[in-house]
Amino acid sequence: MTRRVVVTGIGVRAPGGRGVKEFWDLLTAGRTATRRISFFDPSPYRSQVAAEIDFDAESEGLTPREIRRMDRAAQFAVVCARDAVADSGLDFAATDPHRVGVSLGSAVAAATSLEREYRVLSGDGAAWEVDHRYLSPHMYDYLVPSVMPAEVAWTVGAEGPAAMVSNGCTSGIDAVGHAVQLIREGSADVMVTGASDTPITPIVVACFDAIKATTPRNDDPEHASRPFDASRTGFVLAEGAAVFVLEEYESARRRGAHVYAEISGYATRCNAYHMTGLKTDGREMAEAIRSALDESRLDGTAIDYINAHGSGTKQNDRHETAAFKRSLGDHAYRTPISSIKSMVGHSLGAIGSIEIAASLLAIEHGVVPPTANLHSADPECDLDYVPLTARERRLDAVLTVGSGFGGFQSAMVLRRPEGATA
Amino acid sequence: MTGPHHEPVYVTGIGVIAPNGLGAQQYWDATLEGRSGIAPLTRFDASAYPAALAGQISGFEPKDHIPGRLLPQTDVSTRFALAAADWALTDAKVDAGSLVDYEMGVVTSNASGGFDFTHREFNKLWAQGPQLVSVYESFAWFYAVNTGQISIRHGMRGPSSALVADQAGGLDAIGHARRTARRGTRLVVAGGVDSAFDPWGWVSHLSSGGVSQVTDPARAYTPFDSAAAGWIPGEGGAILVLERAEAARARGESQIYGEIAGYASTFDPPPGSPRPPGLRRAAELALADAGVTPAEVDVVFADAAGLAGLDRAEAAAITGIFGPHGVPVTAPKALTGRLLSGGGPLDVVSALLSIRDGVLPATAGTEDVPGDYGLDLVLHEPRAARVATALILARGRWGFNSAVVVRAVRD
Amino acid sequence: MPIMTIDDLQRILVSCAGEDDATATVTDSAGRRFDDLGYDSLALMETAARIEQEFGVKLPDDEVNDARTPQELLDLVNGRLATA
Repeated sequence: MTRRVVVTGIGVRAPGGRGVKEFWDLLTAGRTATRRISFFDPSPYRSQVAAEIDFDAESEGLTPREIRRMDRAAQFAVVCARDAVADSGLDFAATDPHRVGVSLGSAVAAATSLEREYRVLSGDGAAWEVDHRYLSPHMYDYLVPSVMPAEVAWTVGAEGPAAMVSNGCTSGIDAVGHAVQLIREGSADVMVTGASDTPITPIVVACFDAIKATTPRNDDPEHASRPFDASRTGFVLAEGAAVFVLEEYESARRRGAHVYAEISGYATRCNAYHMTGLKTDGREMAEAIRSALDESRLDGTAIDYINAHGSGTKQNDRHETAAFKRSLGDHAYRTPISSIKSMVGHSLGAIGSIEIAASLLAIEHGVVPPTANLHSADPECDLDYVPLTARERRLDAVLTVGSGFGGFQSAMVLRRPEGATA
Repeated sequence: MTGPHHEPVYVTGIGVIAPNGLGAQQYWDATLEGRSGIAPLTRFDASAYPAALAGQISGFEPKDHIPGRLLPQTDVSTRFALAAADWALTDAKVDAGSLVDYEMGVVTSNASGGFDFTHREFNKLWAQGPQLVSVYESFAWFYAVNTGQISIRHGMRGPSSALVADQAGGLDAIGHARRTARRGTRLVVAGGVDSAFDPWGWVSHLSSGGVSQVTDPARAYTPFDSAAAGWIPGEGGAILVLERAEAARARGESQIYGEIAGYASTFDPPPGSPRPPGLRRAAELALADAGVTPAEVDVVFADAAGLAGLDRAEAAAITGIFGPHGVPVTAPKALTGRLLSGGGPLDVVSALLSIRDGVLPATAGTEDVPGDYGLDLVLHEPRAARVATALILARGRWGFNSAVVVRAVRD
Repeated sequence: MPIMTIDDLQRILVSCAGEDDATATVTDSAGRRFDDLGYDSLALMETAARIEQEFGVKLPDDEVNDARTPQELLDLVNGRLATA
């Protein structure tokens, strides 16, 4: 008897709003949260726009000690975990901690703190042999960022399996997929899982500048993220986090939990092609999609909405479009597809989880969020990308995908819980 | 139980890159002969820092092992990982080109990313400006780099991943690789390799507060000794080839070192909690997963932190399961230092070679184990022993605990 | 009189993208395509950035993309330097 896995709690910190409701309002209104970078002076950089979060750690309920100790990405993860736990209605105090695990995704983890400490230790790059007398007692936790899942485990009282899944830009799907596998195999009954990344920091902006992956559209930050549009020029860097409570289906049902969706299938593949490049044929992403559908025991025609990776780089948008056609055939042309990165940008390892949150809310509310800033699609991207305006539609099965450096291609299928109406 | 989800998963290839030996045989010879890889750091002048001993890899000439085109884009840790993966696949006699791409995956653990590489890029950024940052920084730094580069180099397109859990993560990678194999992937390259021995990486190690400041290389890292003064950071690790039993037998070309018979991981309660730590539970879950009783275990490869509090806690976990002096315990990592994600996989290698050769390596340097630890620690000399089952333990900072059980496969 | 020579380009390419024993040097193969010589788009981006720093020249992305051989890249750089 296969154990099934459902989502019962969501916590989100995404650009443009605080918490799940404001996140969903932004998405369904088709508003964008991209702006000129305010965290530092971006004028020496090629790309000067980002989707930042106005995060006030104190008002989020973090103590001064927690704020001093934790990197920004860990802070995001912890507040999202608290929200997800509260939303789930699960009494964690009455749950066996040994059966609760944590799987947290991040691509660049403590980048913000690494950069801050580097500047102090090196005198802004003056010394190669850095001065240990200025060493922060937390420096090790920025070197080795598995303190992030540890902080989440302490927050929720988890003593089961815990780890960080760090697969670059698919981390947010893969961390949740990892959690699903742990519940299915019986290693845990409850998993607190999701992803967090806070990469809007000079080193990360500079490294995407170098490969020209981020947009140089600096004159119009609100409309800089344009997935699938013929005028797109690269992605917009972002930060954010989303964390979920996953439970074994029978126990969630027994306690009468509100179930957002079942995670019925997950798969990942590598393209073994190039650390940053994609082939145009979408072969490996298509294989991940097919495998996730198989695990869900669904035919491709059952998919009602695809939450795309949609980063807004030419190679991604074409690669992904090819992958949808390759895996779903003609059904790809009939399926609404959208990229929320048009509104909240690309938060690297976190975005996969933020997109899972969007997919869960789409099922819950029966609304497909749009692709903002899409006025004239790239002729080679000839599917239905839901431009500008959200659509009402009953969604029984949603596919969300991710693609990232290292060649990772991941896919997850979410299904409406039985008996739910919307 | 049978069926694909319980099919045994074997180790058919080993690649080791360790401070006391390049390649499994060099490492094993050095380990049995008690040759240490711990010495003063030579990669930069560390004399101004509070500690300067490290388990540093020497004699590795990158261009002898890595294609020239990969050198500008790889950190030292990724070069180690690529070399170790090559050696493991060669050892397993795997011709990746003859297998189906989706039936091969890569699962590695990584704790510090491409840190030396990224330090250089941080330095360029702040000293000279953002235009100087390399195109390769975007992936040479991140924690998935070794998985991605191994996948590309060998055309492996199956389910793959990268895990971070400090020193426990390497065992998690092996556990997840077994899971991946059981879920249908015939072959998974798995393990962990780390290195952060640039000046910034080095002081970051020091900030953990656990690094030994003893200056005598022979006495600096003496796990379970009454004079234990901390650990020595090391670099390197091990990469293994894991195959589903049927697939390994069908290929029929390589040796079978043993079975990854059990795996579990747990997390400690928050600091200050009265609840017990999770190491013992991880070990018990791994034994149960393997269907093995404590009496069947022939040796325990300890996490061996080298600090009194942590050593005592680990001794309590071991004696709690096996009773006082109930099982031989050893820590060959006293010769290499602690390798972060590489530590667990290297201990798995030592366990498999103990099974092969019927010998337990000693815990070098340790002389005086407090009696109340109740440990039968293998001291001074290797001990001949018939080894069929071994338990490997690892702990990561802040409460990560992982355990793997390996078992002999007798034809 | 060109300011950047084929030997300069060879040196920068090796530094930015490495070299394999098997492949010919660009000095001998200035007319061969970068693809055939084993240099991918990342390698050329890194090379272009290095040329910009070393020779104080600005190389537009699309013109770098259009340069398919070492000779074409060299001509682009020297053309830009001549008009600078």
